[in-house]
Amino acid sequence: MAKSTKAILGTAIIAAATIIAGSGSAWADADDNNLVVEGEKLISEAPAPEGVEVEKIYSGWRFRSPETQALQMDDFENPAMPTVDIGADLWETVDGAADKSCASCHNDAEESMKGVRAGYPKWSAELGKPHTLETQINECRTERMEAKQWKWESGDMLAMTAYVGLQSRGFPVNVQKDGPMTKWHAMGKDLYYTRVGQLDMSCANCHEDNYGNMIRADHLSQGQINGFPTYRLKWGGLGSSHRRFKGCMENIRAVAYKRGSDEFIALELYLASRGEGLSVETPAVRN
Amino acid sequence: MKLDRREFMVWGAGAAALAVTGIPSIAMAAEDPTAEDAIKEFTGGAEVQSGRVELDTPEIAENGNTVPVSVSVESPMTADDHVTDVLILADGNPRPGVATFRFTEMSGEAEASTRIRLAKTQNVIAVAKMSDGSFFMDKQPVKVTIGGCGG
Amino acid sequence: MAKSKPRVKVPKTAEAGEIVTIKTLISHKMESGQRKDKKTGDLIPRKIINHFKAEFNGKLVFETVIEPAVSSNPYISFKMKVPESGEVVFTWTDDDGSTYTTKKKIKVS
Repeated sequence: MAKSTKAILGTAIIAAATIIAGSGSAWADADDNNLVVEGEKLISEAPAPEGVEVEKIYSGWRFRSPETQALQMDDFENPAMPTVDIGADLWETVDGAADKSCASCHNDAEESMKGVRAGYPKWSAELGKPHTLETQINECRTERMEAKQWKWESGDMLAMTAYVGLQSRGFPVNVQKDGPMTKWHAMGKDLYYTRVGQLDMSCANCHEDNYGNMIRADHLSQGQINGFPTYRLKWGGLGSSHRRFKGCMENIRAVAYKRGSDEFIALELYLASRGEGLSVETPAVRN
Repeated sequence: MKLDRREFMVWGAGAAALAVTGIPSIAMAAEDPTAEDAIKEFTGGAEVQSGRVELDTPEIAENGNTVPVSVSVESPMTADDHVTDVLILADGNPRPGVATFRFTEMSGEAEASTRIRLAKTQNVIAVAKMSDGSFFMDKQPVKVTIGGCGG
Repeated sequence: MAKSKPRVKVPKTAEAGEIVTIKTLISHKMESGQRKDKKTGDLIPRKIINHFKAEFNGKLVFETVIEPAVSSNPYISFKMKVPESGEVVFTWTDDDGSTYTTKKKIKVS
């Protein structure tokens, strides 16, 4: 693990100066709004899981403007939903030499995929490392369907992870952290607290120490990942949590790890564990 | 919802390094029409009155890539008296044109919504053309935040 | 991204003469023609949905001329007065000439 090799040109003073306390601002802290999607109340705040140094955990939804919040509360307003429909079509689409679709083995996703997303990343004994939803889907494609892998951030992959993820909406995030996952969880935690990049910042500097405050004109959240793949207005489309990690690292002028790298898988596991108790929100809408 | 002015102003060198905007780089062409030109073209130079048109936009857009805009026009929407078109413009975009809604008697009410891209803080303008050839306009300012990380 | 996928929300039933709200959304990148390729610096050619229309039993209800300033995955909602039972046909037109169509029936009770 590249613990300090990426911490080039540490400029902690600048980094500290960029986060401006939101004192007196209407945008301090999470708001009190309830996240109700299609009549179902999702859990957007929960007690902090053991070892997580915040008073409470909050969904990123609670830090967004009313207009952005509204987009996620109604499935028709949610701009990710046409992509979810594409995922539903792909689920039924035969691909590869084995002449199979996802549905050939897993039948109706609305039944078979219920709650699945809440437990990812998940240990794979066969692989000897955790599976993310993306690597699990690709294993199905190459091993069972004898089809080509999808790229991590491809439209097809995002459509499928969003469709599968939606079947877990409302389920509380709950990942394995013990046994063979202990090492991965620790690796993720290490990454979370390690300052990197020219701005010499760690994930914790923004998302643990300063959530609720403004970073320039942006309202910092806790960096929860329970809504991924998430539709970001900035992206004008869906993106994976690893794309967001990469964006964060680039913002602090660090050399980002690659999507699907061991580092990002470990970070995904650790961040998932920091959000345990929050509902899966896939596909969430953020700014 | 208001942002304190100082929150926008307390900025140092490090801040610039973080200024990652979500707005694509913009290619300005000299011959691009202005919002005024577009209104003239739409009205044929006729007088534009205020009233009857109501634009609903957020005061502050969290991201300029997707800004909800709704417009409604007071009209009986009968065969004799209805709204025919509503032109939506954004006066600070490299090209001001956004959309033109065309209504019919079948519309029942002259009301439509969409989501638009705003390159910066600017006015959104709606000009309605009535079946009698008169024009009405509404204009709403929208502040677009250029985020630190959310951009 | 895979092919464009339309979604529409139309009430299944209405009273005769009732004014209903119709919502539409289609997946499309809406490449504005204003963005530059990060690597080459060249302008990425425009490719958008430039027109949308809704017809009821063959009669135009509502249409929109769409410019590149409309967001990706364009969302349009509008009203319609339902005179009788029938079918609403929605058509989106892409810059490349292709069209996407979907239909929804409304029953007047």
